[in-house]
Amino acid sequence: MDEEYDAIVLGTGFKECIISGLLSVDGLKVLHIDRNNYYGGQSASLNLNQLYERFRPGQKPPAELGPSRDYNVDLVPKFIMANGALVKVLVHTDVTKYLEFKAVDGSFVLSKGRVEKVPATDWEALKSPLMGLFEKRRAAKFFSYCQQYNERDPSTWRNWDLTRMTMHELYTQFGLDVQTIDFVGHAIALHQNDAYMMQPALPTVQKIKLYYESMMRYEGLTSPYIYPLYGLGELPQAFARLSAVYGGTYMLARPDVEVVYDEAGTAVGVKSEGETAKAKFVVGDPTYFPDKVRKTARVVRAMCVLSHPIPSTNDSHSVQIILPQKQLNRRHDIYVFCCSYSHNVAPRDKWIAFVSTTVETSDPQAELAPGLQLLGKIDERFVEVVDVFEPLEDGTRDKAFISKGYDATSHFESEMLDVMDMYRRITGKPLDLGKGDLRKRQESQ
Amino acid sequence: MMVEQLVQSKLVLLGEMGSGKTSLVQRFVRGQYFENQESTIGASFFTKTIPEKHVKFEIWDTAGQERYHSLAPMYYRGAAAAIVVYDITHPASFERAKKWVWELRQNVQNPSLIIALVGNKVDLAEEARQVPEADARTYAAETGLLYFETSAKADINVTALFDEVADKLPKAAAPQQPSGGIQLAEQAAPPPRKAACCST
Repeated sequence: MDEEYDAIVLGTGFKECIISGLLSVDGLKVLHIDRNNYYGGQSASLNLNQLYERFRPGQKPPAELGPSRDYNVDLVPKFIMANGALVKVLVHTDVTKYLEFKAVDGSFVLSKGRVEKVPATDWEALKSPLMGLFEKRRAAKFFSYCQQYNERDPSTWRNWDLTRMTMHELYTQFGLDVQTIDFVGHAIALHQNDAYMMQPALPTVQKIKLYYESMMRYEGLTSPYIYPLYGLGELPQAFARLSAVYGGTYMLARPDVEVVYDEAGTAVGVKSEGETAKAKFVVGDPTYFPDKVRKTARVVRAMCVLSHPIPSTNDSHSVQIILPQKQLNRRHDIYVFCCSYSHNVAPRDKWIAFVSTTVETSDPQAELAPGLQLLGKIDERFVEVVDVFEPLEDGTRDKAFISKGYDATSHFESEMLDVMDMYRRITGKPLDLGKGDLRKRQESQ
Repeated sequence: MMVEQLVQSKLVLLGEMGSGKTSLVQRFVRGQYFENQESTIGASFFTKTIPEKHVKFEIWDTAGQERYHSLAPMYYRGAAAAIVVYDITHPASFERAKKWVWELRQNVQNPSLIIALVGNKVDLAEEARQVPEADARTYAAETGLLYFETSAKADINVTALFDEVADKLPKAAAPQQPSGGIQLAEQAAPPPRKAACCST
């Protein structure tokens, strides 16, 4: 370990492993360390024994829940947008060869107390029970506008400047009613609250486009989401392997690892078990930099084992249900996710459901009730409240590049923005996904 | 006319650093040998089809992640076969190989996993052998492993090793992954049908 590296990365979470992989591919000499004896940190997927160790210390899982190793329960559940940034990075780095993905069956939204399928396209809008006849037509026109909108082609703009016009104004142009706006903003554009309404429309139109393009990305998708077999914990492992393949060195189980700073407060390396490794900069998750981060939010998550699919989801094996904040008199949406043995995250005939939201009260568990109510009978439930941190500085001064904690959102888009921003801060250049993927580069060699 | 389907089988390599894992694969996959094989950068995943045995191996090399005991569970996931390599001139690598066999049995759920124990560098046997063949054979027989002595450098027994592993793979192959998988690198689906009534 007493060596010099270009980069030292602390924590083997999702973001850290992508950064480590990208830096190694760029030719940097990377040392990657985790205090735990397993990969993934907060983005690990746990088996049943590990879940009990974490939430019920001293207790053994009951036999009726099935074999421990058949469980891969995410600590931070999220789905992957099929045409989103993560898929682009997976394809670009050729990490897909280590992973298998399956479609997520359905995307639903709570509307007036009922769970309904989210219509995401003009023709789905025409069939949706969420809207009356005239509203359907208005919504179809709105979707059609978003689908064909092209930033670079003014003929698709209809003379509206979406960088100035607010989203509220755009909705008004199409005459959409409050209920429609609610599911469009929360279940399609995936905003956590309504603050976006008074902001420029462009980012929201892009989000609606992303949802639509994700549904169209692969043949036969019935939602815009995909999810890896064996759980999200596979993602950090796959990117760690990418890093290792490109020369990255991996050390797990270093509980005492800590960052070393010089007199000026610049990160210059790490030490562990009496050894020191030097590096030009240090990257890591907030837990390795307790003095350099601030708490921004708290997220409450319930992980539930079920013996049946979630009611009113057409017996789906994997679904998302969004409960828009306005319908619950809250400030943040509640997210329900469900996966089953069909994604190899549970034993046969078991489903894993997650309910999560951003904490607003002093009784976070109670805040989950509207989501938990949708699940039917719950065999076993684990609840966790976690703090979400973000870095105080961007790392250019102190050479400590710190990732943000994982938010309550239901997909990886905001996390990927953080990854790409970290990459830019670290290397001084944007992540270029356009320069041909690694497989093609290798084949041409 | 029945065309027999290729059985896709994941094969993982294990063994002490420097025992010759990568050289064995290079010899098998490409028919090449490099005198000073550095730890393989940029390529630790190979595929090789043995058409006459209807097997397509997906071969995973450790990429050095074994060094600080940091092989990820993903590495073992879904393995149909494992080749555990030691260097016949280094007794410590043989002891390490035994530990890898134990770890494999802990981590791989597949009850029909084929494990081959391989004493590599047999071209050095006369001048430098430290692990007697009889010891290794006895251990392999007791533990239910295939056993081969190979030389990636002199191309001894390498083909025989992979052929034997291919022969031992269960023919009515364990069911592949549940259906419905998506190939992410695939081209986008064809553009959707246009809704008739509502374009503006």
